[in-house]
Parts: sequence; structure tokens; C-alpha cells
Amino acid sequence: MLQLNGLTKVYSTGDKALSDVTLTIPNGQVLALIGPSGAGKSTLIRCINRLVEPTSGSAILDDINITTLGAGGLRKQRRRMGMIFQEYALVERLTVMENVLSGRLGYVGFWRSFLRKFPQSDVDAAYRLLDRVGLLEMADKRADELSGGQRQRVGICRALIQDPSLLLVDEPTASLDPKTSRQIMRLICELCEERGLAAIINIHDVALAQMFVERVVGLESGKVVFDGGPDELTPEVLTQIYGEEDWEATIEAVDEEDNEGADA
Amino acid sequence: MPQIEKNGVKVWQVRDRKSQLTRWGMWFVLVLVFVWSWQVISDNTLWALMGNVGEVTIDITSRAMPPRWSYMDKLWKPIWDTLNIATLGTVISLMIAVPVAFMAARNTTPSRLFVRPIALLIIVSSRSVNSLIWALLLVSIVGPGVFAGLIAISIRSIGFCAKLLYEAIEEIDENQVEAITATGATRWQIMVYGIIPQIMPAFAGIAVFRWDINIRESTVLGLVGAGGIGLQLSSSLNTIAWPQVSLILLIILVAVVISEWVSAKVRGAII
Repeated sequence: MLQLNGLTKVYSTGDKALSDVTLTIPNGQVLALIGPSGAGKSTLIRCINRLVEPTSGSAILDDINITTLGAGGLRKQRRRMGMIFQEYALVERLTVMENVLSGRLGYVGFWRSFLRKFPQSDVDAAYRLLDRVGLLEMADKRADELSGGQRQRVGICRALIQDPSLLLVDEPTASLDPKTSRQIMRLICELCEERGLAAIINIHDVALAQMFVERVVGLESGKVVFDGGPDELTPEVLTQIYGEEDWEATIEAVDEEDNEGADA
Repeated sequence: MPQIEKNGVKVWQVRDRKSQLTRWGMWFVLVLVFVWSWQVISDNTLWALMGNVGEVTIDITSRAMPPRWSYMDKLWKPIWDTLNIATLGTVISLMIAVPVAFMAARNTTPSRLFVRPIALLIIVSSRSVNSLIWALLLVSIVGPGVFAGLIAISIRSIGFCAKLLYEAIEEIDENQVEAITATGATRWQIMVYGIIPQIMPAFAGIAVFRWDINIRESTVLGLVGAGGIGLQLSSSLNTIAWPQVSLILLIILVAVVISEWVSAKVRGAII
């Protein structure tokens, strides 16, 4: 279970990116974080694994307060939080396999990782994951040879091989085409269900979020302004999060898709 | 304000009048400096001696031809020395330049306040002195010979390599570093997985480029007694042995062409 208590981030420029965010995410819950650009979505998930240091407040993962940990303790806890990025953030010049295995760095000593001598169990796990996402035959390709969707799958493998209890997912589909976006979202949500993982997914695409998640949190100017089920997202709520716009079309699109899904 | 209303038409210019004038003024100053420098050189040249430049050139060239091929026997050893000075000097300088570069790069330095200025000072002081001057100094410190040349080349190359390398480190994609950090990796693992793969092409390019330059620089080190083929060149010049000079210049040309070819191949293979 992840608890965020009054998490606040003020950047040195004086911009208040997060103000007093309090959330509880039970084990195994997949949550979509929506909100306009600059609302603080990326800052929020980076404050959880402290890629960004929160100014005040706390993030508590299964009774361990991450915000007060020292460097060594923080590294141990980061292993339990897999992260998936918008631009995939794969190490472009390493192979797919090396990228996946880099998810084990927190568990492996320096020389073993330097010489790429990962334990056999890690290598087995990497092959299993690559097989699961359908990239087994790509294992020895360099990451920069892959397409966007394939890269994001490698990113997912890297996060999952950490054996995390929480996934932090930052705009996983923002650089992908609509079809690949859905496949990636479906894959992330399926994997979370298989492994009982909780996840926070930052996402721009409201319709896509509604399709796949059980809970939606709306962030606006660093504050939580909505917290509820995907079907509670009414035009009024969307206006509150994003501002005035004709929201009917967005919501209708989702309804139609649900019907299509039911017919098929 | 580049936009001016003229007879009701909006005229647009890239620069307004003031910045336009400043630009012309700067060009004017540049031309002035050029003309002035030309004059200084001209005043300090004995034009009387220049009258027979053509004759002298033809004369020397004719005396330098053909090269004295038999002199080759005495050149193999100095060529080998020159090559060793360049190669070993590059390797030694890289061993020092890599840590210096990591200490100088804003995103990897352990401390911006203390370590970074020291690293930058090392880079600047190494770069500010020409390798021939380093060689002169070192010949008087460690005595004449290959060793002085080797150290001179190493010292001069540290700054060059470290500067280019730290600029490459500062330009890496931070997302990849962030992703490796998020896995719980240690500082050194982040370096090996997040940073080094990104700077490898730059590193390879810098290394062979500097090796290429060092071959050329080490050919002249002998002029000040720091070993290599330059020693033969200077003694041949002093004894007006033009056929030997032409042979040495030819050998240097061949060496430089080969090194250029090798560095192009290596760069192509690694990137």
C-alpha cells in the first residue's frame, strides 16, 4: 500500500508543482493520474521514488517512509518501484537484453553488472518477460533499432524484472500511435493484474484511461481536484480539471467503444 | 523594433536601425584590424630579400631532388620512436583525461564548488601551452630523449581530450540516466549503464582524432631534442642536406596519411 501524505514540491524557481497531495493507493490498484500539462503529474510520481526531492510531506510504501531514507535505503526501496517513461528512456546503445537486465542493477554488485555477468535466474526472468511481451527474438538487437511500441515493451520488461510492488508510469503512450497506445495500456494493465501490482499511470488521453483503469485521480495546478471511478468523469469534472471545452465527444467515444467491446 | 509603419504599409526587417549600425561598425573594425596587421607585417619584412623568392625556391627544390633514399636506414628507428611517442602519449593522456572530464562535467562532477574549478584549471593549463614548449621545458627537466617527448605529448593532450569529453558528457540524454537511477542502481552502476554507453562514440572519436594530431606533433618534437624524427630533420636542415630533408618530409607525409586513414576507419567502425 502506498500512502502519500501532504506531498508538496516547490521548485527552486518558486514554482509550486505539487501542493499538499494526499492519496492512498491499496495493493494491486491501477490508478490513472490525469490533468493538463504542467499540472504536476510527472513531479508527483518522481517525488515518490525521489528522482525529484519533495519539499515536504511523505510517501510511505508498506510502512517504510521513503522520504526520509538515506542513499542506501532509498536504493533498496527504488528496487520495489518500477518506472516506465514517456520517451521509453532505454539506453539506446545497449542491447535489448542489457536494457532489460539493467532493471536488476539494484540487486547485483558492481563488478557483476560491469562484466554483464548477471545471475542465471535474472537471465531466465529476462527471457520470460521478453517472451511475454513478444520480443524474444529481439533480445540481441540494439535498442535504437526498435520501433516505438517495441521500445516501450522493453521499458515495461525493465520495470517488471525489478520485481516491484508498485509501477510508476509516466505518459506511457504519449509518443505512440493510437493502436499501439491501446496495446501498451492493455499490456501494462494485464501485467499489473497478473502480478497483483499497484500502478500510478500518468496519462493525457482521458478516453484511454477510462477504458483500462479502475480509479482516476485528477490533478490541476498541483492539487487533487478529482478522485473517483472512470465512469464518474462527467463533462463538469473534466471542465474542472482541464478548463472549458466540449467534453461530450470524448466521453461518447468511450461509450461507443464499450459497446463495440460488448458486441465482440 | 524591426517593424516600421511606412505609408500605412508594415515594413518588416530582421534588425532595427541601431543593431544594423552596430553590425556594420563591427565589420568596419574587423577590416581595420586586418589592414593594420598587414601594415605591421609589411613594415617588418625586408622586401629587398624577397626579390629572388622564386629563384631560391626553385634552387632548393632542385637540390632536394631526388631524395636521398639510402638515408632511410637511419630513419626507421626515429620513425618508430615518433609513432610510440604519439600512441603512448595518447593512451596516457586519456587515462588522466577521462577522470578529469567526469570531474569537470556539470552533471557528473562530485562538487561544483571545489572539484569542478580544479578540473577546469587542469584542462586550461594543459591546453594553454603548446606541446613544443612543454617539450622544451621537459628536456631541461628530465633531459633530452624520447621520454621528454612522451610526457610533453601526454600533458598537452590531457586538456584537449578532457575538454571535448566533458562537453560530450554534458550533452547526454538525462532520461536514460534517470531510468537507470530509478532501478536502484548505485552511482557507479549509473555511470556504467547510463552514461558510458552514451559517450562511447564521442570517446572513440576524440581518442583517434587526438592520436592523429599527436603523430603530427611528435614529428617536430625532435627539433628541441625531445626524440623522434624531428631530430634528424633539424640536423639535416642545419647541415643543408636538402635531399635528406625532402626524404624526411616525404616520410612524415606518408605517416600522416596512414594515421588519417586509420582514424577514419576506427571512427567508422565504432560509431
